[in-house]
Amino acid sequence: MAGGVMAQLKNPQILFASDLRDGEVLFLAASGWSRDHRQASVARDSTQALALEARGKADIAANRVVDAYLADVAIGADGAPEPLHYREKMRIKGPSIRLDLGKQAQIEPAGEPQ
Amino acid sequence: MALISDGEFVANDWRHLGDEEDLPTTGKVIVPQARLSEALAAMPADRPLGVIVANTTDPAALAPQFARLALIAIAFPAFADGRGFSLARLLRRAGFVGELRASGRLVADQTVHARQCGFDTIEIPADLAKRQDEAQWRGALEAYSGFYQQGYGAQGSILERRRKATS
Amino acid sequence: MTAHDPHQAARTNAPTTTYLYDAYDTAFVRERVAEFRAQVGRRLEGAMTEDEFRPFRLMNGLYLQLHAYMLRVAIPYGTLTARQMRRLADIADQWDKGYGHFTTRQNLQYNWPKLVDVPDILEALAEVEMHAIQTSGNCIRNVTADHFAGVAVDEVEDPRPTAEFLRQWSSLHAEFSFLPRKFKIAVTGAAHDRAAIKAHDIGLRIHRNDQGETGYQVIVGGGLGRSPFIGKTVRDFLPREDLLAYLEAILRVYNRFGRRDNKYKARIKILVHETGIEEIRAQVEAEFAAMDRAPFQHDGQEFARIAGFFAPPPYEALPAQSPALEVAKRANAAFKAFAEVNVAPHKTPGYAIVTVSLKPIGGVPGDATSAQMRRLADASEKFGFGELRVSHEQNIILPHVKKDDLFALWRLLDAAGLATANAGLISDIISCPGLDYCSLATARSIPIAQAIARRFADPERQRLIGKLGIKISGCINACGHHHIGAIGILGLEKKGQESYQITLGGDPSLSASIGELLGPGVTADQVPDVIEHLVDFYLSERQGEECFIDTWRRLGHARFKDVLRREGEDGADI
Repeated sequence: MAGGVMAQLKNPQILFASDLRDGEVLFLAASGWSRDHRQASVARDSTQALALEARGKADIAANRVVDAYLADVAIGADGAPEPLHYREKMRIKGPSIRLDLGKQAQIEPAGEPQ
Repeated sequence: MALISDGEFVANDWRHLGDEEDLPTTGKVIVPQARLSEALAAMPADRPLGVIVANTTDPAALAPQFARLALIAIAFPAFADGRGFSLARLLRRAGFVGELRASGRLVADQTVHARQCGFDTIEIPADLAKRQDEAQWRGALEAYSGFYQQGYGAQGSILERRRKATS
Repeated sequence: MTAHDPHQAARTNAPTTTYLYDAYDTAFVRERVAEFRAQVGRRLEGAMTEDEFRPFRLMNGLYLQLHAYMLRVAIPYGTLTARQMRRLADIADQWDKGYGHFTTRQNLQYNWPKLVDVPDILEALAEVEMHAIQTSGNCIRNVTADHFAGVAVDEVEDPRPTAEFLRQWSSLHAEFSFLPRKFKIAVTGAAHDRAAIKAHDIGLRIHRNDQGETGYQVIVGGGLGRSPFIGKTVRDFLPREDLLAYLEAILRVYNRFGRRDNKYKARIKILVHETGIEEIRAQVEAEFAAMDRAPFQHDGQEFARIAGFFAPPPYEALPAQSPALEVAKRANAAFKAFAEVNVAPHKTPGYAIVTVSLKPIGGVPGDATSAQMRRLADASEKFGFGELRVSHEQNIILPHVKKDDLFALWRLLDAAGLATANAGLISDIISCPGLDYCSLATARSIPIAQAIARRFADPERQRLIGKLGIKISGCINACGHHHIGAIGILGLEKKGQESYQITLGGDPSLSASIGELLGPGVTADQVPDVIEHLVDFYLSERQGEECFIDTWRRLGHARFKDVLRREGEDGADI
């Protein structure tokens, strides 16, 4: 379907995955995987979404990540993609009952992807 | 397909007969389960014959043909489907003494399961063989020095060895 | 090879009260670690795909969860030594984030290990005779047992030798490692079942027949999850010497005929339900009759060897009552509450069984910090022969405490935040990790537990309510055992929000029952209100010593549904 008709997406999307070696949640950014969802590349049509998926599949085959999937987002006032579903909202933060653990506890400047 | 015996890739002198293929007059063939009666009728009793069966096969249905079968291959459609291990046990219990072959998608880490349940050889597709090299198959065979279960495998179980150590 | 590893003999102040590995057991776990280390290496370099690696990763207890990997360490039949508890604390500090979670199957979960570190963690476990073998995967899981084993007043026989015997039999079983689905076995040896055996794939109840022989009632096909079932008896009395052979017969029938077409219909409970217990019994007995029993002829000898490790510790000869205990209770109201709620009678005079609650009000149910783990290890050595238990209710048990020592123990626990006097009460809530941690979850469960506990924080009110088991699951997989809670709560998704269904009337004991649905799901905010309405109704209607489930059974489910309907008519948003 690459290069085919550019279908609208219901919502913009980003690609989630898990790091094979340490299990942390990753987001596919322009030039690699980031641990910060604000860096994620946003797909605005189906061609872009498929391209994200294809890169995800390639990195699964390269034993870099596992469990790559697209998730719907809304673009916030600061331009950052915010997941719509409460499950993915959890994944960008960490456990709601331990605010001292997970991504929410890591003080990050908007980091560079790896 | 690649054939593993005792942790090594070995030459395969058996051939799978295609569904539409005529029964050959020479060579060792493994026929599909549906063509077993045809093969038994057509072949002389002293020719070695093999059959590949589904892992849901009733052992009682195969038992009458044991004397004519030099090899029974049990299909493993997915390595997480462990029915072939029980079928192998039941075929051995029913008295089959020929070659038992696990055929399909198995990984090296299942080699001891296969051996303990009575399989002699394992046959895997080429794509699996590319990633599961001989070192992995041999390594898997040597991974454990003892097993707890009794009545599986030729070597004594841990329980038997404990008993002998105290007697 | 001697039966007993001489290295294990050097234990100070800790007589043997549980199984000790011999050289064969030690070799087995170390070989398992080496195998997994090699598998991780092959996975990282791509010799194994994730699909191929996953079953072996799971059979070593390693899940991929919402935020990180999760490692589930086996605590066989919920029993561990002080040394083992300290090692769990060390692992939490070195490779995780300083805490662990005790589960509804008597195991321990670490929530933040890295895949690349897990072989080292497994090695650290193996050094203290622990492992994570088969705590996940489509294989036989940790065999759980009564957490009061060996010390309960109503005990016929300690179930732990049976559980250990089965643990070894089920470890790396060549034929039964690729089952249609997971397989859970529980054992009880007492008149009261504290192991929920009727909710397991196989439940075993040790009892004596009319001839005075010891054997097993074998119950099959229990299980929770999407379709909960109470197990059915397949054999009233199975002689001890037939245990392994008979279980193999059951497993063989399940392995051959369990469904593999649908993950939610693959447990043995579905096979029993769809085939019928009569037909299943016939198939199992036929397989049992056809088996070659010769390999099992010496099982009795091995069983006796194992049972020897579980001999009672050297209890002192003490009077049944402790004057010191009575004095302390009169002097300290908080201790008195603890002594009355968290202490159970012991079969040996002068001793008691202590439940250490891991459910502080507002805390995370079942969690313990590494500091708390070390404090528990200290307590077990000071006050109980260095032995601890983990219950499926996510609490820690100290099974050998002198009544004379209860006050000193309480002070030690109190200083560590481990003295919450709520064992079995409404705030002693069982909760799975839920969507805060688990990738299978459809809703969060821990905040619900916290909110309910805070609503009922008042200790006197809790004691007034009495025994009430609330169990919360964050998805239909029911790891919180909500089906068998007197009040069960199931977290689902409804229209993009977390929504909670409430059930009443679940019972995990021998009078087992599955809870009945109260009504449509409610929001998280509404849950404490609903619980409060139900509890108030129970308090207003109860007769005599009835606990919640007794009143529910007497009045019937409809009366309780009416309570909420009336509240709805008053304008409450339920």
